[in-house]
Amino acid sequence: MTTTATTPQTQTLVRIEDLQVHFPVMQGLIFQRQVGSIKAVDGITFDVRQGETLGLVGESGCGKSTTGKAILQLERPTGGKVYFEETELTAAKGESLRQQRREMQMIFQDPYASLNPRMTVGSIVGEPLEVHGLATGKEKRDRVAELLHIVGLNPKFITRYPHEFSGGQRQRIVIARALAVNPKFIVADEPIAALDVSIQAQVVNLMQKLQDELGLTYLFIAHDLSVVRHISDRVAVMYLGKVVELADRVALYENPLHPYTQALLSAVPIPDPTIEAKRERIILEGDVPSPTNPPQGCRFHTRCPVAIEACRYAPEPEFKDAGDGHFVACHLVH
Amino acid sequence: MPLLDVKHLQTRFYTGEGVVHAVNDVSFHVNDQETVGIVGESGSGKSMTMLSVMRLIPQPPGKITQGEVMFEGQDLLQLSLPAIRRLRGNRISMIFQDPMTSLNPVLTVEKQLTESIRVHMKLDKVAARDRAIELLEHVGIPAARDRIRNYPHQFSGGMRQRVMIAMGLACDPKLLIADEPTTALDVTIQAQIVELVKRLKEELNMAVIWITHDLSLLASLADRILVMYAGQIVESAPLDQLYANPRHPYTLGLLQSIPRLDEAQKAELKPVDGMPPDLMDYPQGCPFAARCPYVIDRCHTEDPTLEPVSDRPNHAVACWVKPNGAAVLETARAIAH
Repeated sequence: MTTTATTPQTQTLVRIEDLQVHFPVMQGLIFQRQVGSIKAVDGITFDVRQGETLGLVGESGCGKSTTGKAILQLERPTGGKVYFEETELTAAKGESLRQQRREMQMIFQDPYASLNPRMTVGSIVGEPLEVHGLATGKEKRDRVAELLHIVGLNPKFITRYPHEFSGGQRQRIVIARALAVNPKFIVADEPIAALDVSIQAQVVNLMQKLQDELGLTYLFIAHDLSVVRHISDRVAVMYLGKVVELADRVALYENPLHPYTQALLSAVPIPDPTIEAKRERIILEGDVPSPTNPPQGCRFHTRCPVAIEACRYAPEPEFKDAGDGHFVACHLVH
Repeated sequence: MPLLDVKHLQTRFYTGEGVVHAVNDVSFHVNDQETVGIVGESGSGKSMTMLSVMRLIPQPPGKITQGEVMFEGQDLLQLSLPAIRRLRGNRISMIFQDPMTSLNPVLTVEKQLTESIRVHMKLDKVAARDRAIELLEHVGIPAARDRIRNYPHQFSGGMRQRVMIAMGLACDPKLLIADEPTTALDVTIQAQIVELVKRLKEELNMAVIWITHDLSLLASLADRILVMYAGQIVESAPLDQLYANPRHPYTLGLLQSIPRLDEAQKAELKPVDGMPPDLMDYPQGCPFAARCPYVIDRCHTEDPTLEPVSDRPNHAVACWVKPNGAAVLETARAIAH
C-alpha cells in the first residue's frame, strides 16, 4: 500500500510557490509587439509530498499540463518558484538542471507520439542511461532488459520497433524509459487517456506497483475523476490557471467545498443505473472563459451556480486552509 | 414492429494485407422512441455497424457481404443510392465524435445547416434560415440569429457539438445515431450534451442509438445496451440487468476494470488481461476466449451465438459459460469492504 497523506511520512519533495506561466500573444509581421498574454498558469502554490500521488484534475485548457511541464522546467515559468528537495529548479540551468532531470521524469499522454518510430525499444529505453552516463555496453543492455521485465514486457522485445506494440504495451515502454534513470518524482500527464478501457486498468495497476516497489512520487495529471480518485492520495482541482481546491482524496470526493469541484464531481457518470436515477446533477452553463482575459473577481463567477454579488467585484478569493489541510479558494467557504 | 431491425449483418474490408472482419453476424433491433446504447472498445465494430446501417462504408475496400437492415418496412441494403440519400439526414441522421472534423471549416453554420433542410424539406432560402435559427435556439445556442453567420472555428467544442446536433435534427428524424458525441468534450460539457439529447428525444419522439466506449455514461441514458467485442454483439440486456447481472465475461471484465467515482478504496483494479484479437486474423471459436477467465474447451472450437438467458427473455448472451455476474460482483464488493 502506498503512503497516504495521514501517515507520518509527509516530507515535502517538490514545492511550488506562486507558479506562473504566461504565453505572449504577438501581433504584426515584422515589428512584432505583444498585445496580450495567455495566462495558462496564473499563480499556484502547493507541495508534493514524498511518496504520495498527487492527482491534478481539471478540464482541457485549465493549465494542468502546463503546470506539469513548468515543474520539470520543460516549460520555463514566467514567475514563481519551484523547489525540488532543497534545489531551486527555477534558478537552475545548463548542466546543473540537466543533473536534476535524473531525479524527475515525465510520462506523456500519447504513447504513439512519444516514442521515436525509428528507434528500437532497446535504444529508446537505453538512451537516458547513455545521456546521463549511467551505463554502456553490456551493462546497459542488462539494465534495459531488467527495466522491460519490471514493466511487464518480455526482455526479448529489445530489438523491436514501437509500431510492433499495442497502445498499452507502448505506454509500458514509455514508463520503462522514465524509470531508466531511477527518478524520485514522475509527472504523468494523462498516461491512460489514449488507451482502451480494458487496458487502462493494466497501466494504472502497473504504476501503483512501481510506486510501492520503488518509492516513487507521482504528480498524476488527468481529466478522469474516477481514475484520479482511485490512484491519488491527495487531489488538486484546477480551473482557468488556478488551483481552486486541494485536499485529501477522501475529503475532496466526500466533501467538496468549492462549487466548481461539486459541479465537476456531479457531472461524472457512475456505472450503476439505480444510483444514476437518484443523482442530482449540477449542470454548469456555458464554457470555460478565455485564459487571455480571465473574468474579474473570482474567475469562476461566470459559471458558478451559487455566486453572489461580491464574487464579481471583490478581489480574487485567497487559496487558504479551511481545516485539516483542505485548501479552497472561494469567498463562500470560511 | 421495431423501427430498425438489423439481421445477420456482416461487413468486410478487403485490404492489400488481408480481409478485415469488421462486423460479424450482427443482429439487433431498436423500438420506436427507445434509446439503445452500443458499448465497445476501439475496433469492436460499433461504429462500423452503424456506418453499415447507413450505407456509409467506403466501398471499396469495404463491402456489406450479408444481412438485412429493415427500417420502416424497407430493406436499406436493397435501396438505390438516390433512395438512401433521401433517407439519410431526413428519417435517420447521424452525429459524429469530433465536430471540428465533421463540420466544414470554410462554410458558415447557416450554409451547412440549411443545406439538408433545403434538400429534404424543399424550403426556400428564407424559410430554411428561419428553421435553422429555430433549431439552434432549440439546442441551446445563445443569440442564434447572430451566431448563425459564424464559422465553426468561432464556436467552442461544446457549441460545435450543439450545431452538429441541430444539423442532425433538422428534418425531424425518427432515428438519431450518435457516434461518441461527447468523447472529445470535457465532463461538464458532456453532462450538458447528455441532458440536451435526453430532452430533445422526449420532445421529438425519436429513437436514439448512442455509441460509446464509456459504460458509465450509458447508465443514465439508455433503455437497453448492446455490448460489442471483435465485431460481434456479445451481450444485449435491459439497462438494470446489464449492470446488476452481466452474463458475458467481457461485460463483467469491463465493469470490474473501471474505477468508480463512488468507490473509495485504493484496491487493485481487475484489468481484462491481454488484447483484443486481430480482426484480420479472426480467431476460431469465441473471439474472447484468449482473454476469458471462464474459458472451457468448447470456446476454442465453437463460436457461441447470441441466445436468450433462460429466465430473461430480453437478456441475450453469446457465451457457452454464462457466468453468474451478479454473484461475482457481489463477492468482489464484499472483499473490498
